[in-house]
Amino acid sequence: MKKHWHWRHLEETLARGLMLLSFAVVAVSLALILGTVMARGLPSLDWAMLTQSPKGGYYLGKEGGILNAILGSLYLAGGGTLLAFLFSLPLSLYLQTYVRRSSWGHFVRLGLDVLWGIPSIVYGAFGFMVMLAIGLRASLLGGVLVLALLEMPIMTRAMDEVLQMMPEELEQASLALGATRFETALRVVSRQMLPGILTAVLLAFGRGIGDAASVLFTAGYTDRLPTSLLRPAASLPLAVFFQLGTPYPEVQQRAYAAALILTVLVLIISLGSRWLAGRLGQFVVK
Amino acid sequence: MPHLSSPPSVLAARQRRERLTRRGLFFLTVFPPLLVVVMAAVLLGRAWPILGQNSLWALMSGRVWKPVAGQFGFLPFLSGTLWVTLAALVLAVPPSLLTAIYLAEYARPPTRAFMKPVLDLLAAIPSVVYGVWGVIAIVPWVQHTLAPFCRRAFGFLPLFRSENPTGFSIMAGAIVLAVMVAPFIIAVTYEVFRAVPEGMRQASLAVGATRWQTIRHVVLPKTLAGVLAGIVLGLSRALGETMAVLMVVGNVVQVPRSLFDAAYPLPALIANNYGEMMSIPLYDAALMTAALILLVIVLMFNVAATLVLRRMKARSQ
Repeated sequence: MKKHWHWRHLEETLARGLMLLSFAVVAVSLALILGTVMARGLPSLDWAMLTQSPKGGYYLGKEGGILNAILGSLYLAGGGTLLAFLFSLPLSLYLQTYVRRSSWGHFVRLGLDVLWGIPSIVYGAFGFMVMLAIGLRASLLGGVLVLALLEMPIMTRAMDEVLQMMPEELEQASLALGATRFETALRVVSRQMLPGILTAVLLAFGRGIGDAASVLFTAGYTDRLPTSLLRPAASLPLAVFFQLGTPYPEVQQRAYAAALILTVLVLIISLGSRWLAGRLGQFVVK
Repeated sequence: MPHLSSPPSVLAARQRRERLTRRGLFFLTVFPPLLVVVMAAVLLGRAWPILGQNSLWALMSGRVWKPVAGQFGFLPFLSGTLWVTLAALVLAVPPSLLTAIYLAEYARPPTRAFMKPVLDLLAAIPSVVYGVWGVIAIVPWVQHTLAPFCRRAFGFLPLFRSENPTGFSIMAGAIVLAVMVAPFIIAVTYEVFRAVPEGMRQASLAVGATRWQTIRHVVLPKTLAGVLAGIVLGLSRALGETMAVLMVVGNVVQVPRSLFDAAYPLPALIANNYGEMMSIPLYDAALMTAALILLVIVLMFNVAATLVLRRMKARSQ
């Protein structure tokens, strides 16, 4: 057999080598990004960054922190996620319960997929125009509403995918006992699928907290802590962006630290949802 | 809870509630498709002052961008978007496809289990963080290593020659963007490859084909449409990406001629100028035209790609 060392075997080895190389490039680039952000962000990260809002001269390199942006981001993404959840859960349960494979169901899902693909800057521009028309200024409320729109398709489609894995027997058992379809959806399906639903919520929250282009117009930016729905609110991505744009190295250092804070938040959310789904998975019917 | 001895009135009440919720919830489903339409309508309405006055062709091919003088030529921004997006795809598609093929065809379950969270994390990192990484690592690298190297090695091609002394360039934008869309393309095409029935692979292997031959002659032809759809989805992500690109691409209003020139893509145009847009006549209409262009392109790409992918999925089941 050794004699028949054909081109096709060489091709196989070559292809496999290229694939392993690509695989390594993708995995290494993640390590590179995380490594760079850590290496540059850690040295300028201190307690004041996390616990103070910007004081006078902060953007010239003087004292202060970015508590305004941390809180602002949590409020913005939290509010947006809450609103999106109130809409997404019933919608995805409805899609799964009543219009599973009908053409209307397909059409709605297409709409959701398209919405998911629309760039966040377009959401921002759209939101800004609507806010202008109704006389709402850049504010926490505006940011929350636009983030809710942005997160809604992500959350609904993620839940929809999860709900499709619902064991049919369980649903039928509930219906056979005389429960109506909606009672089944609410009391059986949503409980059985709780881990997946939580994952979907956290996925959308992660997208919301990291998005800059949509809140740029609609939530504005401020050095104050967010106290009112009708005042502007700061956010972490914009804190990174604005500080990096200043000419002072001390302030740019803080942009790296802010990027690190944002990355850690997102990593916690992403890994946390994995862990949580695993934990909760123990309590569902297998 | 349902009970055999429930009086008929209770049952009727429950059934009435069922009907009401069913009808009430139906209205939720109207919202997503409606939102797409409303979004397009609002943007079109705000862009109309400029779209109504100028022919679309004149706007798209205009090179002069002077909002104060009322001149709005979109060519620099359209070409900037095109350059950055295409360059990013050229960088991202080959390694993404190879990785997806590897994961779907060769990798053992532990490798797949390792790669899934890695891809999820790459997709979860906010675009601003990619931008920071670009500014810290990619821009200096392009400036000091890649650009001089390309000038020396391929300087005879105008594509690689540039007067731009900084690293803030199409190349930097494309590299950052490539890393951002790769996980997306990998995830979509991996699903597409997994949807090929195992029996087809085994038939090919059984007649003596190597694994790579099986991939080339069986798996790839069968999945071509789906792979293209995955690439198109990646493309439309790249088109609309704002912050990361904006931070590394230079933002100079010009029609770029080389990979190392600065560019000014459409999303960056919107993000950078929304502050002034209400104080100069027609400026807001021009920026909303930019948003509308993005929306329309992305809409077409996404609808087409989604329909193709759905059809493939339906056929494999």
